Amino acid sequence: MSITELTLYQQAILLLAGLIALTSFLMLGQSRLVRLVLVFALQGVLLAATTSMVAYVLEFPHLYISAGLTLLLKGILIPIMLYRLIYRMGLHREMDTLENPARVMMGGASLVVFSYYVSLPVVAHSPLVTLNAIAVSLAVVLLGMLLMITRRQAVAHVVGFMSIENGLFFAAVVSTYGMPMVVELGVAADVLVATVVFGVFFFQIRASIDSLNVDRLSKLSEVEK
Amino acid sequence: MAWLLAILQTLLFVGAAPLLAGWIKWIKCRLQNRKAPSLLQPYRELRKLYRKQPIMPYPASWIFRATPYIVFASTVLAAAFVPLVAVNLPTARIADVIVLVGFFALGRTFQVLAGMDIGTAFGGMGSSREMTISSLAEPAMLMAVFTLAMSAHTTNLSQAMNYVLDTGLVLRPSFVFAMGGLMLVAVAETGRIPVDNPATHLELTMIHEAMILEYSGRWLALIEWASQIKLMLYGVLIANIFFPWGIAQDFSLEALGFGAVVIGLKLSLLAMMLALSEALFAKMRIFRVQEYLSFAYLLSVLGMLSHIILEAARVHH
Amino acid sequence: MIAVVVLLLIPLAGMALLALRGDTPKAGRINVRCNALALAASLWIAIDVLVHGPRLSAGQLLYIDSFNVYLVVLTAFVGLTTSVFSGPYMAHEREIGRLNPRRLRLYYAMYQGFMLAMYLVLTTNNMGVMWVAMEGATLATVLLVSLYRTPESVEAAWKYFILCGVGIAQALFGTVLLYFAAEQKLGIGGDALLWTVLHDNAGALDPAILSLAFVFLLVGYGTKIGLVPLHQWLPDAHSEGPTPMSAILSGLLLNDALYAVVRCKMLVDASLGTHLAGTLMMGFGLLSFLVAALFLHRQTDIKRLFSYSSIEHMGLMTFAFGVGSPWATFAALFHMTTHSLTKSAIFVTVGHAAQLAGTQRMDRIRGLILTQPAIGWGLLIGTLAIAGFPPFGVFASEFLVLVATMHDYPWLTPLLLLGVGLAFAGLFRHLQPMVYGDVPEGQKAIPANLWPVMLHLAMVLWLGLSIPTFLGHWFNQATHLISGAFPQ
Repeated sequence: MSITELTLYQQAILLLAGLIALTSFLMLGQSRLVRLVLVFALQGVLLAATTSMVAYVLEFPHLYISAGLTLLLKGILIPIMLYRLIYRMGLHREMDTLENPARVMMGGASLVVFSYYVSLPVVAHSPLVTLNAIAVSLAVVLLGMLLMITRRQAVAHVVGFMSIENGLFFAAVVSTYGMPMVVELGVAADVLVATVVFGVFFFQIRASIDSLNVDRLSKLSEVEK
Repeated sequence: MAWLLAILQTLLFVGAAPLLAGWIKWIKCRLQNRKAPSLLQPYRELRKLYRKQPIMPYPASWIFRATPYIVFASTVLAAAFVPLVAVNLPTARIADVIVLVGFFALGRTFQVLAGMDIGTAFGGMGSSREMTISSLAEPAMLMAVFTLAMSAHTTNLSQAMNYVLDTGLVLRPSFVFAMGGLMLVAVAETGRIPVDNPATHLELTMIHEAMILEYSGRWLALIEWASQIKLMLYGVLIANIFFPWGIAQDFSLEALGFGAVVIGLKLSLLAMMLALSEALFAKMRIFRVQEYLSFAYLLSVLGMLSHIILEAARVHH
Repeated sequence: MIAVVVLLLIPLAGMALLALRGDTPKAGRINVRCNALALAASLWIAIDVLVHGPRLSAGQLLYIDSFNVYLVVLTAFVGLTTSVFSGPYMAHEREIGRLNPRRLRLYYAMYQGFMLAMYLVLTTNNMGVMWVAMEGATLATVLLVSLYRTPESVEAAWKYFILCGVGIAQALFGTVLLYFAAEQKLGIGGDALLWTVLHDNAGALDPAILSLAFVFLLVGYGTKIGLVPLHQWLPDAHSEGPTPMSAILSGLLLNDALYAVVRCKMLVDASLGTHLAGTLMMGFGLLSFLVAALFLHRQTDIKRLFSYSSIEHMGLMTFAFGVGSPWATFAALFHMTTHSLTKSAIFVTVGHAAQLAGTQRMDRIRGLILTQPAIGWGLLIGTLAIAGFPPFGVFASEFLVLVATMHDYPWLTPLLLLGVGLAFAGLFRHLQPMVYGDVPEGQKAIPANLWPVMLHLAMVLWLGLSIPTFLGHWFNQATHLISGAFPQ
């Protein structure tokens, strides 16, 4: 079954999946923190759009709630919080440049191939072709991890962390039409608390190493210095 | 009849290219709050240059002399088979993307040789930069093209357009990515901001202008005209491959007329986007161009990947 | 089922209360009382399950069977004894100026928050809620790790947060896949994530999806267990946080994460009918066991030393659950109990030892027995117990693991023996000078409450000599649940 035989709804889901993966790549290549947060907000909005589209087309009213939650948390609240933190900490001019952007990008592309390979058995057994999106969401998760590995700024780590959550959420929305409400609320609460805790941590880290460059967090190691 | 149409289409293509350039310049001026020159200004400039006698620099060889003609001819040939207002013309049989890339490469090779031929520092610098950029842009372009080819099962432009027309509106993630990649490549290949600035001769940042610095008179006119055609070529490619609706599939007068109007609208829209982006962005440092082009390549790769992952048919085990 | 609700409400109320009153001198006692109440509730549940068998709450959200009920009791018990120790300990920390009232409030509130998360992990029937609670446990403890605000503790907490957060995200992906597999068979609706429903229908679930899901779940919850190579956060978090925190992290959190993995394994086994899940767990478990045993030798910080010992024991348990035979499962359950009791006792002693010496560096902790015999002997006996000396319970459970392995995978026994030997040597090369050795100048005895230690060690000794009938019965029931047969 190729794309031409799918309904417009399914095509739109695939398109959004592609765009969400693209935002992950954009985050990977973004060296300015402010723009990074902006792209992250865009990803949140895309995610909310996907959710509300699923809710509308397949008529799952409970998904409107999670779409609203996503938009509020990932699209507005967390980006604004990070944005304000960046300005308060004077990081808006700081560059967190990648050592070798091309290599990171190619690494990202190979992660996409890898997640496709991993999810092949799932996809082959699924009744809906839209579930190809599982591969994409796994890719978004892995790209979030790559973002965290390649960056030194704590803010970028938080963005990576949250975009991992985005990938998981996308998988849940597209493949299972959301989780049960109790779980979804629980996850949202966890994310909210995590954001607050991250905010607290920024201040603790800055108080302790006078910067948010987590490469300098290197006091603990196995080897005696 | 069909051949006549093909020739007419080519003439239209070649003739309209300076108009497109004028249109872009016009919008840009308005965006920058300047008084815009007339839309026909590029024609006037071409006429002015054409009347003047070209000057042959002292150490230049036949390559320098031949280059303007080769560049112009190869570009016009390319324009001859890219469907502008109608598909299924007789020239469509050779309207293959790979051939197109080949024509571009031919023109570029001579331009680069001519840049080095005169033995000035700027010429060599421009040539080397041009080659750097095109060697980075070409993979991105080919990857984008292959993504299209995989969907349409052909590298023939006319057939690809027919395929897209026949399948109707399909939201293809791969097309979105390929279009993004192709647009970035187009900007780089036609020497527009932020990769190169066609409007200045600022020594250190020139690329295309550095190569043709020694040209004058009608040779310069040919080269300028060719690069205007090239810009339009990319525009037509983007417009007609991704949004072919409106292009004439038969040769009735209404269809052709409608096709001409539609392509005009599409191109003017694209021109507005280009002008807007040129007004918004600054030219980037030459060493950042590779970042820009690797992003274009990435988009094309993502297009390919999303074609395979999201769109292709699956074999159920 | 009302008892379970009560069990969950107690720490919730405690958290609210202590968030307000955590800085008063009474806070330690309030904390103890909350935990005592929770223990009472857990015993009530235990008797209920013993008499009536597995119970499912009305909304199917909570589920208690013989596997988790004994962990609930264990959790409540260790929570209580650690809170008994934590009262005077934290009061001392405040006296020497390492803490201010605000942080003390945070500490006590989060202690209860952590207990709540642990009870929820254990008693919930919903795999999604289990994930939420597990993440909640991270969130509750992460600010406690950085409670002292030293650069090291902030670093440890950051590492803990990021690694566990990313790790546990994988578990959420696994949960989504699980839900996805279940929805295909059970239809769309909230029931498809309930463990009981999943378990009843496991045979019908798609094995391909389930095995993929298990990989993610194992990696996710395995990060929490501290399986090598996902263990990096564990020694740091244990060594930099306040000692009662280390005790409950080691004694409870690791156990409960393992519990989550075993629950998932039960589903996957029922669906696949192969030993894939077990093999994966055996591999990770054995690797953790051996690597951690080696790392014991390199440590300089006393709390890091024992946190590596925790990794080692968690590895052994994971391995034993992976072997999967009734005897191995029985041994693993037994080992969970003995390790949990012993390790929390050790951390309590270590906390006192560190306060006594004023440092956590092992080369500066000297002459414990001479200065304060209770602490010195406590540490010595605790370490003997954890290293697997007879007649302590850890010996019995490790021996059972060995026997079970010898039966099914004889070629792996030398590796296990090697690990045990390495761990023994690694612990004792450090222990000897700390317990004996010359007393540094000016080292004075401190007020210490060691009855939790004595109680724990006495229980471990008792378990080593004989398993009480009711506990044996529980283990048998749980073994039957997990491995499908009673140990013969």
